[in-house]
Amino acid sequence: MTAIDASPSTTSSSGLTATRSTLLGAVAAYLTASDHKRIGRLLISFSAIFAIGTAIEGAILGAERISASSSIVDAGIIVQLFSALRFDLIFSVAAPLMLGLAVAVVPMQVGARALAFARSAMFGFYLWLFGVVLVGSSYLNNGGPGGGDAEMVDLFFTGLGLVIAGLLLISASVATTVLASRRAGMTLIETPIFSWSALVASVSMLLTLPVLAGALIYVAVDHAYERATFGATEGVNAWIGWAFTSPQIFIVAIPTLGVLAQIVATMTRGKQPLRAGLFVGVGLMSTAVIGAVTQSSYTVNFSGSASDILKSLIPYLFFNDLSILGVLVVLGLCLLALKNEKAKLNAAFVPAFLGVGMVLTGMIGGAVFKITNLKLANTVFEEGVLVYVCYGVVLSGIGAVAHFGPRIWGREIQSAPVLGLGLLGFLATVLASLPYFIAGFADQPAAVANGFDYSGPIWLWNSLVAAGHALMALVVLLFFALAAKSFRSGTISTATSAELFESVNG
Amino acid sequence: MNTSATALGAGPTVVMRRPALVLAGLLSAVSAMLMGSMLAIWLDFRSNAPLRESPDGGKMLRDWLPENIKIPEVATNTMMMTFVITCVMAQWAVYSFRRNDSKHASLALGVVLLTEIALVNAQLAVYSQMGIGVRDGGYMTMFYAITATMLVIIVVCMGFTLLALFRSIAGRAGDRDLVSAHALYCYAVSAIFAAMWLVVYVQK
Repeated sequence: MTAIDASPSTTSSSGLTATRSTLLGAVAAYLTASDHKRIGRLLISFSAIFAIGTAIEGAILGAERISASSSIVDAGIIVQLFSALRFDLIFSVAAPLMLGLAVAVVPMQVGARALAFARSAMFGFYLWLFGVVLVGSSYLNNGGPGGGDAEMVDLFFTGLGLVIAGLLLISASVATTVLASRRAGMTLIETPIFSWSALVASVSMLLTLPVLAGALIYVAVDHAYERATFGATEGVNAWIGWAFTSPQIFIVAIPTLGVLAQIVATMTRGKQPLRAGLFVGVGLMSTAVIGAVTQSSYTVNFSGSASDILKSLIPYLFFNDLSILGVLVVLGLCLLALKNEKAKLNAAFVPAFLGVGMVLTGMIGGAVFKITNLKLANTVFEEGVLVYVCYGVVLSGIGAVAHFGPRIWGREIQSAPVLGLGLLGFLATVLASLPYFIAGFADQPAAVANGFDYSGPIWLWNSLVAAGHALMALVVLLFFALAAKSFRSGTISTATSAELFESVNG
Repeated sequence: MNTSATALGAGPTVVMRRPALVLAGLLSAVSAMLMGSMLAIWLDFRSNAPLRESPDGGKMLRDWLPENIKIPEVATNTMMMTFVITCVMAQWAVYSFRRNDSKHASLALGVVLLTEIALVNAQLAVYSQMGIGVRDGGYMTMFYAITATMLVIIVVCMGFTLLALFRSIAGRAGDRDLVSAHALYCYAVSAIFAAMWLVVYVQK
């Protein structure tokens, strides 16, 4: 089977077609699917649904902070809402969205007959989904880190454990497909850039998520039996909080570089100067793994003697800024290719390019956050970093679905709405994040909804953030509707397999 | 007839990349990172434990391992030796499969399964001999967490062995990839246990 053939389960026998004609049959087919496109579609669809919910959650939290006396939601669940926003942005939206794209696209790109260990990937999807539901239930019932109901806190640990296990299974499947299921003759350096980025992201998750699982086991056992050594409920964030902040969050954004470079490669008809540089750039972004697994925050302080500054500056640059260099390398090479080849603009390029721009802004913000002289710790600045990166991933996902969608669903998607929604998504991301970069410098405290004050238009920054989140919810909803309509009843795709590859000679 | 001018050239070499072996490598990395992170936290707690005087008053000790706890070293050292046997047997299975000797391959995998059952039994014996409760203090909670995680990794390895054994008994002589992958995972689990054994049972 070549890369442009349909997968076995889509060219099924008449018996299977008859089964699909019933609703029960369709549900059963999805429950037991081993077709990579179907598993990928499930991951993408559910992460889009969760993205809408998460954006609404962000809008509520923004609105809650407009006035010191406002009380839109019950004060008792504010802590849970802040924690849930961080969990959802990373584990319900960004990570599954990028992994879903990888599951759907990578086997076609590397010429594999199917996803390696597809059933384990499907099992991983269900573990992830069930875990997200458990975590959500826990948050709604006073659980999660800092929660008051001990049983619900335990439920949070169980849910997070299932989410980790699910993402690990999917990552292992994607990594094995790239490493071991490439068509004969395709070396690793010849793999399309999106597949390379999916491999780097998957391996990065395989290296970092078990570290989170290890800490989680200690905290969960301690919480269930002793509640002293690891600080009980209040101490949870001290042990697993690193997984919800930079540099760990950069790992889920690695495939955004692959999406952009792949779209550019299509626009330039496969001509990419210094193609190996793209591989190096994507690899450099994965250096975020080192900072994540060491669970250490490498900060820099520009006061004191030159040797003191140098001592903190070198690890700071290595752990925080090397991954930024990777993004700059990929962006630079993509722009160089576009300049040399006078490429025709592709609608999918706009959200993909803006998405990488947002991720880069978030990463730079993450580096600024670690400069201790600026005193940004415990301010909303960090929330701005997280939203920049995760909404950047969502924007990139919109570009990827628009680009790869015709190959996954077999039908075209309209260009003009994709362009418009990409621009709107960019506006939403900036609105939901940038005000907190400013408010962070004004010392607006993190994870606090009421009772704070600082010199500046508090209502303005928080209103803008609320509006940005609400706009992002609308953008994802509209894109979901557009994609559903286009991929169900749009014109039949004429996309060629060349759109999944770029020249290996460059 | 001279066919050299008209015969088609050889096709590209078929690359056997062995997905099961790759997956076993990734699974090994995941297991190593999981146990590595738990050992790192263990070492962190141990090195930050307060100092106390030794019973003979001769030196200062870290107040980490409670004085009334005795680690059954015979059982834990036996576990370490059992892992060596597990690795040798897993390699014997690979050796036999390469020679299409399914009887010896099945026998070797059967012995691997037995050693893994023995490992689980030994770990349960360690719990029984130590007689400590998970709620009894910080050390005890962490001890149960790390050793139970190791137990789960051993059980995963046991599942892998069962799969390889069933396929071997069923006559799947072409499953060299799976048996090699199984051996790789056995080596990885042995190395992971060795690290845990050194930190938790030897250095305490």
